[in-house]
Amino acid sequence: MTTETLIWLIPLPPILAFFLIVLFTNKSKALSHTIGVGAAALSWLASMVVFFRAIGVEHLGEHPFESSLNWLPTGDTFLKIGVLIDPVGAAVLFFVSITIFMIFLYSVGYHNFGQPKGDHDVAGLPPHGATVEEHGRKHVVPSIEPMYSRFFAFLGLFAFGMYTLVVSDNLLTLFVGWEIMGLCSYLLIGFWYGKPSARNAAIKAFMTTRVGDVFMLLGIAFLYWATGTLSFREIFTEETLHILGTTMTPIFGLSAAGLIALLLFIGTVGKSAQWPLHVWLPDAMEGPTPVSAMIHAATMVSAGVYAVIRMFPLLTTDFNGHELTTAMSVVAFIGAFTALFAATIAVAQNDIKRVLAYSTISQLGFMIAALGIGAYVAAVFHLITHAFFKALLFLGSGSVIHGMEHGVLHTGNHETDPQNMFNMGGLRNKMPITFWTFLIGGFALSGFPILTAGFWSKDEILADAFGHGHMAVFITLAVAAFMTAFYTMRQITLTFLGEPRTKEAEHAQETPWTMTAPLVVLAFFAVTYGWVGIPEHFPLFGGLVPNWFHEFVGGTLAEHPEALEFNVVPLLTSLFVALGGLFFGWLAYRNVQTPAEDKFQIPVLKNKWYFDEAYDFLFVKPAYWFSETFVSAWMDKGVIDGILHTFGKVTQFLGDIIRNYFDLPVINRFFGDGTADATQWVGRNLRPIQTGRVQQYFMLALVIFIVVGAALYYLLLA
Amino acid sequence: MNFIASHYLTLILFFPALAAVIMLFLPRDENKLLRWFAFGASLVPFVLSLMVWVNFNADQPGFQFEESYVWYEAIGSSLHLGVDGLSLTMVLLTTLLTPLAILASFSITDRVKPYMMLFLFLETGMLGVFMALDLLIFFVFWEVGLVPMYFLINQWGSANRDYASLKFMIYTMGGSLGLLLAIQMLGVLFGTFDLVSLYRQWNSLTADRVLLGMSVHTVKTIAFWAFVIAFAVKVPLWPFHTWLPDAHTEAPTAGSMLLAGVLLKLGAYGFLRLILPLYPVEAKMFAGALAFLAVAAIVFGAFAAYGQTDFKRLVAYSSVNHMGFVVLGIAAAGLASGTTDAAIALNGAILQMFNHGLSAAGMFFLVGVIYERTHTRNLEEFGGLFPLVPVYGGILIFTSMASLGLPGLNGFVSEFLVVRGAFPILTVYTAISMLGLLFTGAYILKGIKKVLHGPVNEHWAHGEHKLTEISTREILVMAPLMALILWIGIWPAWILNVINKAVVALF
Repeated sequence: MTTETLIWLIPLPPILAFFLIVLFTNKSKALSHTIGVGAAALSWLASMVVFFRAIGVEHLGEHPFESSLNWLPTGDTFLKIGVLIDPVGAAVLFFVSITIFMIFLYSVGYHNFGQPKGDHDVAGLPPHGATVEEHGRKHVVPSIEPMYSRFFAFLGLFAFGMYTLVVSDNLLTLFVGWEIMGLCSYLLIGFWYGKPSARNAAIKAFMTTRVGDVFMLLGIAFLYWATGTLSFREIFTEETLHILGTTMTPIFGLSAAGLIALLLFIGTVGKSAQWPLHVWLPDAMEGPTPVSAMIHAATMVSAGVYAVIRMFPLLTTDFNGHELTTAMSVVAFIGAFTALFAATIAVAQNDIKRVLAYSTISQLGFMIAALGIGAYVAAVFHLITHAFFKALLFLGSGSVIHGMEHGVLHTGNHETDPQNMFNMGGLRNKMPITFWTFLIGGFALSGFPILTAGFWSKDEILADAFGHGHMAVFITLAVAAFMTAFYTMRQITLTFLGEPRTKEAEHAQETPWTMTAPLVVLAFFAVTYGWVGIPEHFPLFGGLVPNWFHEFVGGTLAEHPEALEFNVVPLLTSLFVALGGLFFGWLAYRNVQTPAEDKFQIPVLKNKWYFDEAYDFLFVKPAYWFSETFVSAWMDKGVIDGILHTFGKVTQFLGDIIRNYFDLPVINRFFGDGTADATQWVGRNLRPIQTGRVQQYFMLALVIFIVVGAALYYLLLA
Repeated sequence: MNFIASHYLTLILFFPALAAVIMLFLPRDENKLLRWFAFGASLVPFVLSLMVWVNFNADQPGFQFEESYVWYEAIGSSLHLGVDGLSLTMVLLTTLLTPLAILASFSITDRVKPYMMLFLFLETGMLGVFMALDLLIFFVFWEVGLVPMYFLINQWGSANRDYASLKFMIYTMGGSLGLLLAIQMLGVLFGTFDLVSLYRQWNSLTADRVLLGMSVHTVKTIAFWAFVIAFAVKVPLWPFHTWLPDAHTEAPTAGSMLLAGVLLKLGAYGFLRLILPLYPVEAKMFAGALAFLAVAAIVFGAFAAYGQTDFKRLVAYSSVNHMGFVVLGIAAAGLASGTTDAAIALNGAILQMFNHGLSAAGMFFLVGVIYERTHTRNLEEFGGLFPLVPVYGGILIFTSMASLGLPGLNGFVSEFLVVRGAFPILTVYTAISMLGLLFTGAYILKGIKKVLHGPVNEHWAHGEHKLTEISTREILVMAPLMALILWIGIWPAWILNVINKAVVALF
């Protein structure tokens, strides 16, 4: 099979799985998950084949795998869609297919496959456990998710969206995949739709990202109009970029290229949860944990960064290598600000998943900032390493929650929140595999030197910012990196170290192999993936392994980016923020037992800088008022229908006037009744002469005859 | 076969009416017979129009399958029928939706015979508008369609039906008064109502001619607005839209399906068939005004839908929102006719008509399904129905997403084309319309949230109120719609090809 055909086929298994499960197999849980996991495995396999063929091609950047066909007739031409695997596409495909496959597998265990049906479980709510009798003793065990099959169907659709996005050679199908993922995140965040918090979170996620999407749609329309195509490789020719770069728009003095890039970037701000559209992501934690990993690591949020990576040539049109263009400055600012801003919130969160959610926002900020300063390879590198360790952390946290839920079922105390880190502690002994893998993930997130992948990618971003003199970005990111290490260690300390703080934590249990195996696989990559991108000039380690990543991914761009000269300042900074953050995190939290002892529970941080409240006041409430009161009640029912009803009333009034003052008196009474009355009066008055006596009639006839005769005689003859 | 092949359009057009007359002689109480007869009869035009679709040559400009019969010789009007890519799409939509609407009405038990007859008459009325190539015939069918719908709302509607049916009737008729006058004027001026020759003669009038004591410019401007108002009421454009929520909400389910699915398209079709070709200059001159009204419909329609507590009203307002995009595309095409952008905008507008026909009919049907079981449309009384009716829920989410314009489903393709086409021509208006697109999401999600999501609804879960799952017949009504929604979303070329070629040939 040719590689191109294979690329077309990659997204198909998950979508087929979706339809199969929805239409046919949803009654059978075993069959449904077999189909789902099998589809993920097939896509993974195909992706691996494509990936290894891709890295075997020399100058893949100039000669990528591509194939397209006519999709929409538009006037005299066609809008084409197709697939494309260039170096960056191949690199992304690699991590996407692995994480997706792992998440599918993990879901089997997470949703308690093989466990009995719950006692009171209903569709739309998380399972509450089932009572079983063993050896004459009753005890409660986890119960299987009632909507188990549906979950795999949704995951399949989600995976389809992501694969479509990655293999697209054009913005339109990228947008299709993008929006399908948007729908899936809505469906999956609201998976337990019976919980009001989940259904609100689902809507919030959809609507917030949609704000970005409509701008993105405008950007796509603009780009399509300006270039007549949406295919990446046709847009990113020197000629087209030059035209776009020199065409000026009336908005903020931006060139067409800059404006389009920014419009598309707003889509990313929504999708990758950057400030100010970050508010949906923490709430998205309402979904089942594999969803969080899917959304926050492997797929949706990466998709946002991936879109900017794809649009990088557009963003950097006119970029001379030193001075950032307006569009780039905006991107760099949003990224760096978000990185720091989200990190400050993460410090004060107590929910194990929420900490990770904010850390995701923060890390995505790193990537966006990197793209904003033109550090293309570093951004891609961090995107990939982050995907591995963040998927690991989310799945790990899911494993922790699962273990805690086990404890909750054991004690029967449902008051204990299995996600609150203050209810945990000492889990390292209860859940060793989860602990060690989580530790690896956490250290990678913190950028623990040399060993972990996160160090290499984060260091590269910092080095790039420093090396090109973007000091503001460098300092902001360094501070954010310090806080990252700090809150990560806080999380690890509170969760795994020390002694169990609740009975539930004492009875926590390691999770089944379907959950721990993915953790091990992801932990492997969270360590080793960093080694493919070690800078050549790095002391001691540089040059041991060739910097394959830089060569390969850098080849995507028309101008191959220069390798950065080594500088000791960013390296020392990296070392200091990572190790320092970890150390202080451990120091500050090793003895903390209750939230009250936590010095960082500052209201403004805890309440996320009050963005939810502000948006509610500024946008949500006015929108309700505008639609319910202004448009529906006042404008439609009041003014427009009011005018219509007035019109009706005026007509009625005119009709009444005509009836009462003309029809009734003049026509009816005067002409109508009047004529009748007159006739009646004449008739009545003539009655006396109708006597019935023939003699009188003759007499009358004679008189008339004489009178008429006399009159005629007089008139005619005289 | 020869007879059929040479009389496709007349057969499609009059078969439903003929069947309705035959129904007159069927026994009154045999509901089953009446239903199946009507359903069968409505399938015939569908099959015939499929045959027309297959035999239609998209590459040939102009009208095909033309038929012409003398109708009113004294004033030069004839029964001239013909289709091009634009009208054929609409004919297909009509003949597809009518059988589905009739199938959807199998649950009607009150006076089945007249009910079904009215639907068949309605089909003839709607088809006539799409096929007519004679202005007077166009107008006749335009008004003929009103009457069955009036009675359907008035007799089989819900509580506030008198008000709604009267509003519908008077509003539409009031709107078409000017249309009638303008048509008469054209007929008087040229001695013919034949559209094909009017296209030519009317546009070749030189500016210095004096018509009826006024300059050509004045006459055309007046006639233009007379046409526009008639069609704007039907589409409906803001602020002529308030009849729509009332009529849609009070009409019986199948009535709403056709009302939203087809009747609204009559207005948009009028813009495309008559206004753009007959008034290119005026369309360009007043494109800004049209675009303003269209964007107002998009934005206010979305907000109004969001503000509803009645499920059916919410869906009704969504029509205002969606049809706004059709007119936005038309306005853009009017401003820049002949350009590629205009062609793309028109492609989008026409496809949007078809797409909205599918999704709106589906949405109204789904509202009807639940209304029939619960006898309420109040969103506050629903919520948490998903666990009770999972299949229904899945179908509702699917159809809602089509209505929302999710990429991969049909609505996105057409909205994208309209936005793409209109963006360079009417940049600011297109940008503002994005606000409407955003709130399309809001009201759709509100609908799903208020109906399906939430804790299990105990009220509808047990006993006499127990909500029953969607039936096989009801799924059969939805299945063709959903299949088409998906098909057009994934592979729109089969239909867009026909539309595109018509657009290129026409404008």
